[in-house]
Amino acid sequence: MRNPRVIQLLRKRLTAGNVVTDTHALTPFETDGLTAIRQKPWVVALPETAEQIREVLRICREHGVPVVTRGAGTGLSGGARPLSEGVLLTLTKMNRILEVDAGACAARVEPGVPNAKITEAAAPFGLYYAPDPSSQIACSIGGNVAENSGGVHCLKYGLTLNNVLGMTVQTLEGDELVLGGRTLDAPGYDLMAAMVGSEGMLGVVTEVVVKLLPEPFAKRVLLAAFDDVRRAGDAVAAIIRGGVIPAGLEMMDALAINAAEDYAHAGYPRDAAAILLCELDGTKEGVTADVEIVRGVLDRGGAVEVRIATREAERETLWRGRKAAFPAAGRLAPDYYCMDGTIPRRELGSVLAEIGALSERFGLPVANVFHAGDGNLHPLILYDASKPGQLEKAEEFGSEILRLCVARGGTVTGEHGVGVEKLDAMCAQFTDAELDQFHRLKAAFDPAGLMNPGKAIPTLARCSELGGMHVHGGKLPHAELERF
Amino acid sequence: MSAEKNGDRAESLTAAVAAARERGHAIAIAGDGSKLESTNGLERICTSGHEGIVDYRPDELVVTARSGSKLAGIASVLAEEGQALPFEPPLFDGRGTLGGAVAAGLAGPGRPWSGSVRDALLGVTIVNGMGQRLSFGGQVLKNVAGYDVSRLMAGAFGTLGLLVDVSLRVQPIPETAVTLARECKPGEAAALIGALLCQPLPVTATAYGGGVLRIRLSGSSESVSHAARSLGLDIEAEGEAFFRAARDHALPFFLNSGPLWMLSLPVGTAFDEADTFAEWAGARVWWRTDAGAESVRARARAGGGHAASFPPRLADVTPPVAKYMRRVKAAFDPDNILNPHLLPHAD
Repeated sequence: MRNPRVIQLLRKRLTAGNVVTDTHALTPFETDGLTAIRQKPWVVALPETAEQIREVLRICREHGVPVVTRGAGTGLSGGARPLSEGVLLTLTKMNRILEVDAGACAARVEPGVPNAKITEAAAPFGLYYAPDPSSQIACSIGGNVAENSGGVHCLKYGLTLNNVLGMTVQTLEGDELVLGGRTLDAPGYDLMAAMVGSEGMLGVVTEVVVKLLPEPFAKRVLLAAFDDVRRAGDAVAAIIRGGVIPAGLEMMDALAINAAEDYAHAGYPRDAAAILLCELDGTKEGVTADVEIVRGVLDRGGAVEVRIATREAERETLWRGRKAAFPAAGRLAPDYYCMDGTIPRRELGSVLAEIGALSERFGLPVANVFHAGDGNLHPLILYDASKPGQLEKAEEFGSEILRLCVARGGTVTGEHGVGVEKLDAMCAQFTDAELDQFHRLKAAFDPAGLMNPGKAIPTLARCSELGGMHVHGGKLPHAELERF
Repeated sequence: MSAEKNGDRAESLTAAVAAARERGHAIAIAGDGSKLESTNGLERICTSGHEGIVDYRPDELVVTARSGSKLAGIASVLAEEGQALPFEPPLFDGRGTLGGAVAAGLAGPGRPWSGSVRDALLGVTIVNGMGQRLSFGGQVLKNVAGYDVSRLMAGAFGTLGLLVDVSLRVQPIPETAVTLARECKPGEAAALIGALLCQPLPVTATAYGGGVLRIRLSGSSESVSHAARSLGLDIEAEGEAFFRAARDHALPFFLNSGPLWMLSLPVGTAFDEADTFAEWAGARVWWRTDAGAESVRARARAGGGHAASFPPRLADVTPPVAKYMRRVKAAFDPDNILNPHLLPHAD
């Protein structure tokens, strides 16, 4: 299966040093952000141009070698898990910002450009790129496209999909597709929508045109402390109901607050059961009006304390704790497992209560820090992989949380993707016919099935082996029965 | 049919597609026919009667409704809660349906600022060409489980699936809206728009036609009046009615006769031709002209964009994209029974 001819061809087409086969040199590539899953690739190819990417794909096609595309390797669902007999196509050397067109509020970039670098390049023009995943210093725009990444500003500014104007895609069959561009609508099917979030299963993105937004005139952050998690959850819905769309609306529970406070000293109230961080942006006058509305909603919603950060330094301090929450949780236990279910906002309070009950049942603590405005939960299940059985227990706990999300009308992944991690959970969310439609769409772009095989969409056989209990659109057969 | 009540015709719509496939007959899907010219003699399946809101909770910012629902009815239910569809679909004197708006992917005046139909689309239930009823996406804002099939349906003109139910994001109606106007030449209009584009002003629509540039500002009354003062243009009293008419294609420009083209161009374009109406900061230009299709398309290409005739259908694409479009079509509708007359080159 490991045909040495493929390595020879890759070395011929790429700069020799950009084809890695040495076992030690392969180690950094054996995992992405989901570190529990490790596999060394056969070979890593590091192309520097779109032409070289086309060559790699051609070689893989002609020799029937599967190819896994990897960006910065920060993905959290194992989407870039390598194959032992496959090529790992790593795009970190495709990292040029090709153009910032300030007049058209757009930038044209290569896929390996780190997310934060786009905003850095746009900042001199008073512009920025809105989606900001926590890993934005490292994660690449190509990876963001593959995962349809979010961040804290999705509620107001949308996901990657809503902030990409165009892209160039290479298919395994050697076609170059230019999708979208500088116009707002593209002719034909919206193949770009299919490409965004497709986890490298349909093609390889070699260029992206992103939308840039003008930096708002004003930003304010409110911190509201609650002595009850459910009340905090209800306040989230009430803010939206008040007619305000915050730029960010984040929630942390007591365990997360204290971990963040130990780590980042943001001045959070340690005795609160939950805090909300609400960022409002826009014109100076608009933000002033919104702050008053939100403050009123929080007061009526039973917040025990409301703080308003007006100066930039205060605002940054409040965000510092939130942004440090994940590394901070890393100090609470040797390992944590980060979940990514999304639920309708109205279910926040009750789902958090049920996660608390599950935590007791499994005997594993959970810290909750998440995008409350989007209903996108990130329960961090704390465990110790060195203790026998704890990893399995954490995974089982995680599966229960995802089933709960689906049962409440939500989804198994809001922004981290399915990868290899949530294949089983997909069986609960989709029927066989729906999964089959996904497979048919995949085959339209990659009939040979060589692009990132085995990820994102489970086979029907896998689901039937699980004895799949389909929970679809929150509707189970015999919904009256208690199951979770 | 006792199982189908309260406006739910999902079963019979599914059965109709399955039956058409069995007989090997292609079908034309229609809402209320508001955008439809001809169905090329195909058997027609209407979603009218499959109507009503399935789920709407204002604090979720999401509405789920049946595809045959009239947009006007949905709009008034949302308005009672101070909300609206972000993409401002044309209501076409009340006949436009939700399914039609999604299938045609037609957005109104605010599109560059509040997004396209696809941007607002969160989930769909469809019947594919194999007669299978399938659901994709959902009722939550963030959802990356599986390929984004629901958004692929926006602007696909029902050629990939008959839309049964759709879930859409809604947004609060701004507290106030003001329209500013100035008489000017196309070049000056483009320059004014260009200066606005990359500023964080509460601009939510622009229109240029008949030698007048109009700019709509929306938001809190303080922020709108501050922005209006800073721009120093005249306030137009009838501005709201103007943009409503622009949305619904009820302006005199749209009521004239003659071939109508829809040009998609980069934002900030100054398109200097007679009988045009430009929206979206210059990114969408309506052009009424007897110039042939080829010369209209060439004119759009020269401006860095593309042109489509109106009423719309799937537009032509480059050969490599066309190859994958055909395959995507076959993945959903292998026997090519769904709206084949709306595919490119179907004439």
